Amino acid sequence: MTSLVRAVNVEKRFGALHVLKGVNLEVKKGEVVCLVGPSGSGKSTFLRCVNQLEDIDAGLIWIADEPVGFERRGQSLHELSPADAARRRSRIGMVFQHFNLFKHMTVLENLTLAPRIVLRENEAAYLPRARALLEQVGLAEKANSYPAQLSGGQQQRVAIARALCVQPQLMLFDEPTSALDPELVGDVLAVMRDLAQTGMTMIVVTHEIGFARDVADRVAYFHDGQILEIGAARDVIGAPQHERTKSFLASVR
Amino acid sequence: MTLTTPIPVDEQPFDIRRRRHLGRWISGTIVLGLLALLAYSAATNPRFEWESIGGYLFAPAILNGVIVTLQLTFISMAIGIALGVILAIMRLSPNPVLSWSSAGFVGFFRGTPLLVQLIFWYNLSALYPVISFGIPGVALNANELITPFLAAILGLSLNQAAYMSEIVRAGIISVDRGQREAATAMGLTGGQTMRKVILPQAMRVIIPPTGNELVGMLKATALVSVIAVADLLYSAQIIYARNFDVIPLLIAVSIWYVVLTTILSIGQEFLERHYSRGTVFATASRSGLVRRMFATGRIARLDEGEQR
Ligand SMILES: Nc1ncnc2c1ncn2[C@@H]1O[C@H](COP(=O)(O)OP(=O)(O)OP(=O)(O)O)[C@@H](O)[C@H]1O
Ligand SMILES: [Mg+2]
Repeated sequence: MTSLVRAVNVEKRFGALHVLKGVNLEVKKGEVVCLVGPSGSGKSTFLRCVNQLEDIDAGLIWIADEPVGFERRGQSLHELSPADAARRRSRIGMVFQHFNLFKHMTVLENLTLAPRIVLRENEAAYLPRARALLEQVGLAEKANSYPAQLSGGQQQRVAIARALCVQPQLMLFDEPTSALDPELVGDVLAVMRDLAQTGMTMIVVTHEIGFARDVADRVAYFHDGQILEIGAARDVIGAPQHERTKSFLASVR
Repeated sequence: MTLTTPIPVDEQPFDIRRRRHLGRWISGTIVLGLLALLAYSAATNPRFEWESIGGYLFAPAILNGVIVTLQLTFISMAIGIALGVILAIMRLSPNPVLSWSSAGFVGFFRGTPLLVQLIFWYNLSALYPVISFGIPGVALNANELITPFLAAILGLSLNQAAYMSEIVRAGIISVDRGQREAATAMGLTGGQTMRKVILPQAMRVIIPPTGNELVGMLKATALVSVIAVADLLYSAQIIYARNFDVIPLLIAVSIWYVVLTTILSIGQEFLERHYSRGTVFATASRSGLVRRMFATGRIARLDEGEQR
């Protein structure tokens, strides 16, 4: 079995608010899965649970056959220490809607922070990699700029390079182009497209239906804390089965 | 903006004439006149005893007082900042015991006058004649342990910690939530996130009020004269208790306070510049004082003046 991510009956509550009501999702190694759905349906929350930015209330998420937040010993699951949980997160890259670059650090410092203090690599290992990644996202000459000196699209490409700099096995994107001016969206999507070509496993929350159709292997339609419909991108987008999926897709087109 | 009528190519460049700031000249003249009167009266009133002030400025006892004042300021401030950071992090912790005890500490030390706290620490031996720290076999004489200097440090630093914790907390809260989220997502631990990501950015908000606190601390150390610590003020008091040269000594002391606070303010400016890296303000500079006052000429180039 080559499934990298396996979410089983994931539930999440914020107080009285039942946000995830049993999400089931399997993502194979090298697969690109797009999550679409109306605002408030729980897409971001689910993504944050995968990276244990939120603890889940029921169900389990497995990544590379390890349960998120736990260590498996025989038939029992032991909650991870904060330090171990942090180490697990470093194997997953995450890209946010608002970039969240560290404002007091240069672009290069943003990229090398985690390799330096989380992975404890030495400079000879991470510096060439960071520079190569900046080259790859087309921003090699911005290495010494501060985030405030970059456009939104450039910042998001730096954020992608930063997430890749820890050499993650999985990349999570939460509406990476929603905060961008329309003319800057293309550059960021192009970088993500290239990344998908390299065989990276990606879960992408997006409203870019065109991107989902062209790049995703599968598309999942989120509704009210559950996955209502999932299938090959062409099928879900081209011929949705559910009424709700149809009306949602009609509304974002 | 679009121009409806194109500017003729052969037109002369405009000669821009700035307004003459008549009001500024009048108010400036009045204030300067008052200052001159004040200076004249100070210079001609023999009771200022300017010659003896010069002597007191560098008297050994006064210089010693300057050193004690600086020691009190920097030691208390260092402890106050360190403790303040801890208190702020406790206050923001999800653990209610930590959060509430921090709030209680701040409430207590902000709620009582510093002078009372100083006298309290000075008299601690009345409350605990023997201090054992709860360790069997340890029995320290409180009277010997709590010297006036230590009582001063305790009072000043604990009080400062309460104020610093509020300043640090405001700084931490000012950092966008996404910064912590990104740091956590890439595998930084809570402590690493705080040290590498949150606090360096909070500094921009923390430093200006901390600079004020440091200047305030320097002046607040004068309170320790009531518990007989030979700081700058107390050293002067000892001298004028003998020779009744009150005014010249107080002026000498004031000159020292002004010099020291000025030096601290300059240091603050450098720190602020350092921690504003990556912000838009980092590159902004101010326009000249002289130009603001006397901008009268025909400044023809718009890239000068206000635009700078
Ligand atoms: N930390 C939180 N505390 C309380 N409620 C939350 C929290 N985070 C999210 N929610 C709520 O959970 C629900 C799902 O939010 P979520 O961000 O997952 O939606 P989404 O599908 O990503 O929507 P969008 O497309 O607008 O980003 C919303 O009602 C939101 O208000
Ligand atoms: Mg969202």
